[in-house]
Amino acid sequence: MNKLKFLTILFFTGLLFTACSNDDDSVPEIVNEDEVITTLIVSLSADGEAAPITLQTRDLDGDGPNPPVFTDSGNLAAGTTYNGTIAVLNETVSPTEDITEEVEEEADAHQFCYTVGSGLNVTTEYGNLDSDGNPLGTEFTLTTGEASSGTLTFTLRHEPKKPNTGLADAGGETDIAASFSVTVE
Amino acid sequence: MHYKVIFLLLLSSFSSVSQNCDASLSGLVIDLHDGSTLPGATLIISNTQEAVQTNLYGEYTFPNLCDGTYFIQVSHPLCITKGFTVKVSGNTSKDFKLEHHLEELNQILIEGKGFQKETESIFQNRISQANPDRYSSGSLGDALNSISGVSSLNTGNTVVKPVINGLHSSRVVIINNGVRMEDQEWGAEHAPNIDINSAGSISLIKGAGALQYGGNAVGGVIVATSQKAPVKDTIYGQTQFNAATNGRGSAVTSEITQAYKNGWYGSLQGTLKRFGDFESPDYVLSNTGIFESNAAMRLGFNQFDYGFEAYYSIFKNEIGILRASHIGGAEDQVQAINSPRPLIIRDFGYNIDAPKQDVTHHLARIKAFRQFNGLGKASLQYDFQKNNRLEFDIRRGDDTNKASLDLALTTHTLMLDLDSEVSGNLNVKTGLMTRYQDNFANPDTGVRRLIPDYEKYELGAYAIMDFQIQENWMLEAGGRFDYTYMDVFKFYRSSFWESRNYDELFPEIVVEESANQILTNPQLNFYNASATAGSNYSFDGDYKLFFNYSLASRAPNPSELFSEGLHHSASRIELGDLSFNSEISHKVALTFQRENSTFGFSINPYIHSIKDFIVIEPIEIQQTIRGNFQVWEHRQTNASLLGIDVDASLAFAKNFRFNHQFSMVKGYDTSRNQPLINMPPVNTKNELVYQNPKIHNLRLALQSEYIFRQNEFPNNNFEVFLPQTESRELIDVSTPPDAYHLLNFNSNIDLNTTAKSKLTLGLGVSNLLNTSYRNYLNRLRYYANDLGRNFLLNLKLNY
Repeated sequence: MNKLKFLTILFFTGLLFTACSNDDDSVPEIVNEDEVITTLIVSLSADGEAAPITLQTRDLDGDGPNPPVFTDSGNLAAGTTYNGTIAVLNETVSPTEDITEEVEEEADAHQFCYTVGSGLNVTTEYGNLDSDGNPLGTEFTLTTGEASSGTLTFTLRHEPKKPNTGLADAGGETDIAASFSVTVE
Repeated sequence: MHYKVIFLLLLSSFSSVSQNCDASLSGLVIDLHDGSTLPGATLIISNTQEAVQTNLYGEYTFPNLCDGTYFIQVSHPLCITKGFTVKVSGNTSKDFKLEHHLEELNQILIEGKGFQKETESIFQNRISQANPDRYSSGSLGDALNSISGVSSLNTGNTVVKPVINGLHSSRVVIINNGVRMEDQEWGAEHAPNIDINSAGSISLIKGAGALQYGGNAVGGVIVATSQKAPVKDTIYGQTQFNAATNGRGSAVTSEITQAYKNGWYGSLQGTLKRFGDFESPDYVLSNTGIFESNAAMRLGFNQFDYGFEAYYSIFKNEIGILRASHIGGAEDQVQAINSPRPLIIRDFGYNIDAPKQDVTHHLARIKAFRQFNGLGKASLQYDFQKNNRLEFDIRRGDDTNKASLDLALTTHTLMLDLDSEVSGNLNVKTGLMTRYQDNFANPDTGVRRLIPDYEKYELGAYAIMDFQIQENWMLEAGGRFDYTYMDVFKFYRSSFWESRNYDELFPEIVVEESANQILTNPQLNFYNASATAGSNYSFDGDYKLFFNYSLASRAPNPSELFSEGLHHSASRIELGDLSFNSEISHKVALTFQRENSTFGFSINPYIHSIKDFIVIEPIEIQQTIRGNFQVWEHRQTNASLLGIDVDASLAFAKNFRFNHQFSMVKGYDTSRNQPLINMPPVNTKNELVYQNPKIHNLRLALQSEYIFRQNEFPNNNFEVFLPQTESRELIDVSTPPDAYHLLNFNSNIDLNTTAKSKLTLGLGVSNLLNTSYRNYLNRLRYYANDLGRNFLLNLKLNY
C-alpha cells in the first residue's frame, strides 16, 4: 500500500513538474514571407516617346483574401515597336526586394510566357535567353498592329520544361499570372 | 437491528449445516503474458493430493469439494510451478495465471502472442507476426490495408495513412508500444511515424472502445506492440532482407533479443530502407523515392509481480513527392489534370529533391508495474516524444534548400493505471493521464507558419469495467473524461482577420499589430467526455457475438482551427475556424463471428453518427497574383456513416484455403444531404491459398483485389478562365476514377530449418497484370497513374 502512495505522489509531482516546466510566455517572432511576389510591372518604351507605358498588378496580401489591383498608364500606339522589360517585386519588406534579379540568376529555371488575346493586334518576341539558349523573357519586344483591344497575359513559370511549345506543355508552377486589358489606338 | 442479527445468525447456521461437500472449483489456467489458455497443466490440492489436468481449452474442474480454503499447486511443463490459496464456497470459479516459458524459438516468432486485449466488446482485427513480415518493405499503412474495413489515404505510394471505416488523421489514434503517437497526425499527407518492422503484432479496434488510450478516437485505434521477451536464458533474433523491382530498392531489418531466467531482457532492432523513383506501367513517377532509417532498443526486468521497461526508438524518413504534383494555381491545375501523363517525367533516379518531406520521430518510454495483493496491477509510465517535420517546396534563390515547413512537436505524457481483479469475474481498470505538448514552428523558413506555436495541457481520467456474467457472456462498460487547454500564439494576415470579422468577434485576443499581420493569443478550453458499453457472448462453441456502443468526443486539431493560407501539395487555399467546438460521435457496432479452422467468418455492420463533424470543402475561387486558387474552408456539420465489413475463410480441400473480404461504407453530410468526400469505395479481396507443411511449409497465394468506383461524392468542380484559350475551363477535382482490378501473387518456403535457425524465402508479384489505374483515395491521382507491376523478394532468417 505504501508503494501505491509513493506512485501517487510521484504522479502528482510529475504533474507539477510538467506544469511548471514551461513558463516562458515569449512571443514568437513574426515571419514576413521571403519569396512572395506582390507586384509585377511591365514597362513598354518606344523610340521617340517620352515616358514608357507601364502595366502594373499588385497584391499586397499575397494569398490573403484581397484580390490584386491592376493599373496601367495609358494606351499603346498603333504600328509601333516597344522594348519591354518586366520587373517583379516583393513590397511586403522594406526596402522593397527586387525579385527580377533572382529570376535572371536562375534563368534556366524560369520563363515568362506572353499570351495575346484574340482581337488584340500585337505580336511579341523574346528579348533575352537563359544560358542554354532557351527563352527567359524578362526582356521582350512588342509590336503593335492596327488599333484594337484585348487581353495581354504575362505568366511566370518556375521550373518549367525547357524548351517548350508554350504554356500548355510547359508544366512547372505559376509564380505570376497577370492579365491586362490593353488598347492599341 | 435485533432482527438483522437474528437473520444473519440464521443464515450462517444454514451454511454450516448445508456443508455437504458438493461444491466445486473450476476455471482456466492462463499464460500470464498473453492471456492464452494452457492445456495440460496439472493442478494439485496440497491438503488432499487430489490432482486434475487442464483440457485442450485450458479448463479444469475439481468436483465434490467441501467449502473451505485450499492450497493449490499449479504446474505446467513449460512453466514455473506456482502455489495459490483459494477460498471455495459453493461452485467457485477461479483462473490461474502462470509465467509461461516458451518452448522454442518458432513459437515466439510465429505463434507467440505478446499482446493483451484492449477491449472486450469490440471485435479486434490483428495482424500477427507472420503477417507484418509480408509488408516489411512497405509501411504500417500498407499492412493495415490488408484488414477489412481499413483503406488508406495516400499521397503517392510512400505516404500511406490508414483510414478506418471511412475516417482518418486526427480521428485515428495510433498506440506504439503503449505510447500514443503524437506525430502531427492531423495532416492528411502525414504518414504514421512507425517502423512496421518494430511491431510484433498490430491490432485494430474499429471504434473508440479503447478508452485507456484516449477518448477521441472517433475512427478507431491501432495498437502496435513489440514481442514480449520470455523469462528464460535465451538469445534469438531475426534478419530480413527485401528487394523490389519497382523503385529498384531494398530494405534490411534486424532484431536481436537477449533474455535471462532472472527476468532481465534487452533487445535491439534496426531498419534501413531505400527506394528510388517508383514506376507506373508506362512511365517513371519522378521524385517518389524514399530513404528510411529506424532503430529501437529495449531494456527491462520482468517478474511475475513487478517489473520495468525502458524503450527508445528513432524513426527517420525522407520521402519524395511526385514532382509533377507541385503546381501553382487553377490554371496549372487544368493542364496537370487534363494531361494524360504527368507533365514532368524524368529518367529513373534515387535522388530525393523538393518537393519532399523529411521527418524524425524520437520516442522514449519508461514503464514500471507492480502487482499489489488485493489491489491489482499498478503501472506508471512516462513517455517523451519529439517529432520534427520538415517539408520542402520548390523555392527560389537563397531559399532553394530551405524547408518551407519546420515544425517541432514535443510531448511529455505521464500515465498511472491500475488493473484490479475485484472478484473472480469483475475486472476494473482505472487510470489518470497528464500530458504537456509544445509545438514550435521555426520562423527561419521564411514562410508564414502553417501551424502556429502553441502549448497544450491535457488531463484525463478513465475507468473501465469488465464483468463476466457467465462463462460465455461478458459485459464491458467504461467512461473517460479529458480536459484540454491550448495556449496559442498565432499571426493572422490583417486582411484575413478583417474579412472573417474576427476583429469584431475576438478583439480581446489581439496582442500586437504590425503592418500587415496581427499577433493574437487564443486560449482554448475543451472538455471531452467519452464512454463505451458493450457485451460479448459465445455460443455453440464456435460462435461469438459482439455488441458495442461508443461515445467519443474530439477537440478540433490545430489545422482545423488555425489554417490560413496556401497548401502547396493540394494547390488550394485552406482556412480554419477559431470558433470550432468538439466533434461528438456515437457508434454502434455489431460483430457476428465464427471461429473455426475449416470455415470461419466475421460480419461486422456498424452505424456511426457524428455531430459537429469537421469537413473541409471548397467555397470560392480566390484571385491572387499567382493566379486563381480554389479556397477550401473547414466547416462543422453532422455526418452519418453506415457500413459493413465481412471476412470469411474456408478450407475447401486439403492444404487449400479460400479467403474473402468485403468492405462497404457510405458517408453522408446529413445537414446538407450530400455524400462526404474521400469515402473509401466498396472493395473486395479474394484469395486462394495453398499451404503444405510437408513441403517445407510452402505457401502459395493468389489474391484478387477489386475496387469499385466511388459513385457517391460531393461535386466540388469549378471553372476557371484561361487566357490562352480565352474560355472557361472546368476543373474536375471531384469525379472518382474508374473501378479497377489487381492481381497479386505471394509465396514463401522454409529453406533451411535447423534446431537453431530457419531461413524463409518469399517471392511475390504485386499488380501482376501491370494494370494502369488510379485510386480515389490517392491525393496524387489527378496527376499520375498508380504503381505498375512489382516483383518482391524476401529473405528471412530466424535464429
